[in-house]
Amino acid sequence: MTQPARGVRRSYGVKAAPYGFLLPAAVLFVLFFALPIGYAIRLSFHKIEIKGLGLGKGAKSEVFAGLENYTSALTDPEFTAGALRVLGYGALVVPVMLGLALLFALLLDSERVRARSFARLAIFLPYAVPGVIAAVLWGFLYLPDVSPFHFLLDRLGLPRPDLMDGGPLYLAMANIAVWGGTGFNMIVIYTALRSLPAEIYEAAKLDGCSEFQIALRVKIPMVAPSLVLTFFFSVIATLQVFNEPTTLRPLTNGIPSTWSPLMKVYNDAFTGGNIHAASATAVILALATFVLSFALLRASNRRTAQGAGR
Amino acid sequence: MPHITRRALAAATAVLLGATALTACGSGSGGGEGAGTGPVELTYWAWAPGMDKVAALWNAEHPDIRVTVQKQASGDDLVTKIITAAKAHEGPDLVQAEYQALPTLVSNDALADIAKETRGVEDKFAPGVWQQTTFGGEAVYALPQDSGPMMFFYRADLFRQYGLTVPTTWDEFAATARALKEKAPDKALTTFSANDAGLFAGLAQQAGARWWTFEGDTWKVGVDDAATRKVADFWGGLVAEGAIDNQPMYTPAWNKALNTGEQIAWVSAVWAPGTLTTAAPATKGKWAMAPLPQWTRGASATGSWGGSSTAVTSDSQHKEAAAKFAVWLNTDPKALAALVKESGIYPAATAAQTSGALAQAPDFFSNQPDFYTRAAEIAKTTAPAAWGPNVNVAYTSFKDEFGKAAKARTRAAFGTALTSVRNTTVADLRKQGFEVAP
Repeated sequence: MTQPARGVRRSYGVKAAPYGFLLPAAVLFVLFFALPIGYAIRLSFHKIEIKGLGLGKGAKSEVFAGLENYTSALTDPEFTAGALRVLGYGALVVPVMLGLALLFALLLDSERVRARSFARLAIFLPYAVPGVIAAVLWGFLYLPDVSPFHFLLDRLGLPRPDLMDGGPLYLAMANIAVWGGTGFNMIVIYTALRSLPAEIYEAAKLDGCSEFQIALRVKIPMVAPSLVLTFFFSVIATLQVFNEPTTLRPLTNGIPSTWSPLMKVYNDAFTGGNIHAASATAVILALATFVLSFALLRASNRRTAQGAGR
Repeated sequence: MPHITRRALAAATAVLLGATALTACGSGSGGGEGAGTGPVELTYWAWAPGMDKVAALWNAEHPDIRVTVQKQASGDDLVTKIITAAKAHEGPDLVQAEYQALPTLVSNDALADIAKETRGVEDKFAPGVWQQTTFGGEAVYALPQDSGPMMFFYRADLFRQYGLTVPTTWDEFAATARALKEKAPDKALTTFSANDAGLFAGLAQQAGARWWTFEGDTWKVGVDDAATRKVADFWGGLVAEGAIDNQPMYTPAWNKALNTGEQIAWVSAVWAPGTLTTAAPATKGKWAMAPLPQWTRGASATGSWGGSSTAVTSDSQHKEAAAKFAVWLNTDPKALAALVKESGIYPAATAAQTSGALAQAPDFFSNQPDFYTRAAEIAKTTAPAAWGPNVNVAYTSFKDEFGKAAKARTRAAFGTALTSVRNTTVADLRKQGFEVAP
């Protein structure tokens, strides 16, 4: 008579097991991800109301604000200006960085390359330098009065460009991102290249393909998924740019405290002390990132699907 | 039955994780909730170096009240941290706070009124300094610790070489800047830096500006009052005609300019010797200090740049004990001597400014043996300052707007910048819900 009882217990256990395994991850997800996000969204719909001079006990209270924080964030000219600056910066960074990463990956993968592991490490190394350190380093190189480049230009009698202001500032900032990010993207693409079967190259060679044609017609189409992936990462990283402009800001008059939208969030929360407005801006930024990356992913998926259909 | 063991394991993991999360949430800073018996335990958030050694002196003499110093980052970060801690009721008992941050902290209900506990200490401080901890009212929100009376620092050797005299008025200051440009076009008297609003605030204070005042329940913002406009116009004019530089301070380029004598003067405060020691080590013994140039000949007024106070938090369970420590720390001769020696501060208490601890000039200014005697004279002339509940916002706006103006190099741009700072400050107060006079 023990047989059926055991069977029931077993099936109950089998059914419950997946949930049991999910539980730790779910608990962590809720505690450290869903809950803070929910709290930020709650904050974004509230504001502080002040009685009298606002000094002393009970002078401040939190009240519901509706969409007020959102409308004031979206109508703030500094926010839109910051968003435009970051889009301009991204238009420089993403194509140059990914172009270089692809080029280096293809060169490393070609047959006649020498000192491959050294070159791979050398290109990857800047990625290991923390963003803030990289920005300080480049900042010193950009400052006209202490930069060795400017010293050389001076010696040669050439004009010394001010890289910390106006248009050249975008180049200076993009340069830091490209320098730091190319290595990582190169590794991702290179790894994809190495996993391609050698027979394909053999077949291409038998058909009379040159190395260049193999790269263009075989390798690039076959690593398209990793190109999409790196593109995706780069766009998100660009929208979240914060370290470089924040670190360079004290060195120049040319970078305002709201240069990028994320800097505005930080500024509102930690110098203005207005976490409610900061939360609203952060939510807008998160939504924009989500929509943009989702649209890009959809577009690239459609293209890959078409490519596969042909 | 292996599946049961596994399930048990999973359950145990979940419980364990939950427990970790709970402890993470529950562990506090351990501030001030001491029991009724045993010594009173106080925690003190401060950034001044060596503060723990000064607190050790107190602990040795006062077995009934134990103070533990927790080292913090200085400046705006700590303000945010104190406000956050106050919201969670996890704050320490005592905090070090810059004068201009006090209204922000008070408006967030982070500080306690210690007027009762500090009766009778008012006359130990210069009125202009004391007023910054009371906002001119009945309540006392902090005790002054150190102050930064502003002075004029110049390269004595290069002034002699170029035949320049030390300016006593701002008109003479402008004339000196022009004279230097004529004699040595690649050098500049100084720079107008947009990356530290404290310097500009001090200069405006000297000119008689009152940036935040209140009447009844209404704040009045005077960031663009006549006195401040005069200061902005003066510096804008010098930058526009190219008499001085327009690049920010505290950059490697600025260090180099001071170290090589490309810039030969600096409008700064009493703590300048420390900064110069690291920024321009090659110029040791070549500098001299003089009072700040004046707006009217024969006047003597200065502003303050920097300086901080000791405040008791509203969450402290032992306000009386905390206030007692704060009074000792900032008025007791032994404590002040230790603060000068260990933390290198310039004490706000007037008696300490002429005490034995400051008998010797700073090492970098060994050529000016009466450095601190003169500094004490200047400190007495500090003009009052008026801070409000959103100084941080005004300071950030200053950096942005005057950064643009310094770049534009026109006098008009400085005026526009000042108007923008004022408008941003007022708009922020209104947005926060304060009543602001038009």
